[in-house]
Amino acid sequence: MIPAESYRLHRMAGAPDPTAGYRIEDRDGLDGTGPKLLVGTRKGLFLLAGDDARSRWTCHGPGFLGHIIQHAILDPRDGETLLVAARTGHLGPTVFRSPDLGRTWTEASAPPAFRPGDAHGRSVRSVFWLTPGHADEPGSWYAGASPQGLFRTDDGGDTWAPVDGWNDHPSWGEWAEWPDVEGTPDGSMLHSVNVDPRDPEHLYLGLSGGGVFESTDGGADWAPLNRGCAADFLPDPDPPYGHDPHCVRVHPAMPDRLYMQNHCGIYRLDRPSDRWERIGDNMPRDVGDIGFPVELHPRDPDTAWVFPMDGTDVWPRTSPDGRPAVYRTTDAGRSWERQDVGLPARGWWTVKRQAMTTDGGDPVGVFFGTTSGEVWGSVDEGATWSCLASHLPEVYSVEVARTA
Amino acid sequence: MRVRIPTPLRSYTGGAANVEADGATVRELLDDLDRRYPGIAFRVVDEQGALRTHITVWLVGERCRDLSTPVGDLDEVVLMQALSGG
Repeated sequence: MIPAESYRLHRMAGAPDPTAGYRIEDRDGLDGTGPKLLVGTRKGLFLLAGDDARSRWTCHGPGFLGHIIQHAILDPRDGETLLVAARTGHLGPTVFRSPDLGRTWTEASAPPAFRPGDAHGRSVRSVFWLTPGHADEPGSWYAGASPQGLFRTDDGGDTWAPVDGWNDHPSWGEWAEWPDVEGTPDGSMLHSVNVDPRDPEHLYLGLSGGGVFESTDGGADWAPLNRGCAADFLPDPDPPYGHDPHCVRVHPAMPDRLYMQNHCGIYRLDRPSDRWERIGDNMPRDVGDIGFPVELHPRDPDTAWVFPMDGTDVWPRTSPDGRPAVYRTTDAGRSWERQDVGLPARGWWTVKRQAMTTDGGDPVGVFFGTTSGEVWGSVDEGATWSCLASHLPEVYSVEVARTA
Repeated sequence: MRVRIPTPLRSYTGGAANVEADGATVRELLDDLDRRYPGIAFRVVDEQGALRTHITVWLVGERCRDLSTPVGDLDEVVLMQALSGG
């Protein structure tokens, strides 16, 4: 067994810099104060730089050409530290950090990994999800993986440790999909790590599949939180776990409110209730309420956006009837309106769970990336859309970089 | 001994296709390689000590699947990226 210490890189003087080829060199417009989008794709990292009106965008990159960039997030606490979750088709998973928006990179000296000798024999296949930790815990981040492990760093992403309370929970083998599969589309993963802005000990996470789980003690113990949520693929009509949340978001301004886009519908949960309400029942019947992302208005807890897809028959995972559209609610899911002005009348692509986001602007900007390699944006809260970049690789994640 | 490095791993070796490393077994060789080129081992071997799916190790034309295989008397060990689709 190669000991875990082997993975702690102690960079020696004169050792090659393995990240030299990963830099984003075309900086023209990138180092200004305008808005930025971080676009993780199947073939590398792209940065989109906008003007102050968010109307003109330039595309920069790729960094990490040929690497699968599953997620890229700029630390909202320092406005500087950029983390990316990367792997390739041939190499194992790791995390890279940049202090200067992709100009230079450093690899994590201890990337997310299960403990050697792990009881389940688990190895991280991909780092799937990144979440910055609580505002009062600078340098802390969580990473969700495939298989469904949870990892934490307290030094800004340099060294990562397993969250044992989750990974070694006595029920993990029952809750998680294990042994997992790397099948269609991306295998089993842990995603949607949410930290309660009022309490760093209060955490939520999602397993796809497996369900939503909550911890109130910083991750030492966990409990399922799935009542009211459908799981049409299980025989029990209201099972405690085994569901398939696709994306779960805690509202930043009203942290007792959660929205979820699930394999079986769109839901809202207002704590302290523990029963999800299927607000997707209010979607048009011919569109349905299946999809992957759900994104929130940063200030108004009643407003959210989803991107429905065809979840009928064999699950084509394209827009219903090939007519791409965003749907928005402004009344916490009691009603939904179609927002497709500017989008193509026909298109056979969809939007992955990390590939949609909102900014803090007024009006709010909404952005999404497609499986066909386009990035679309709206700066009027979804009323009209324009294409910001095209001919990129399949988009896995889109995040707004709030620079310092 | 000489270790041949496949292209996906050459970011760690400064572009070098052939590097020097020492060890009595494949595992020790990878440990030494990681000391010289920090980070390279974790891209080849997972945290349970298993070779990653898309990496192969060749010893005098024989594919090695056991990292405890002795290599002390060899002149060369070859790391390759395994064929996969897509």
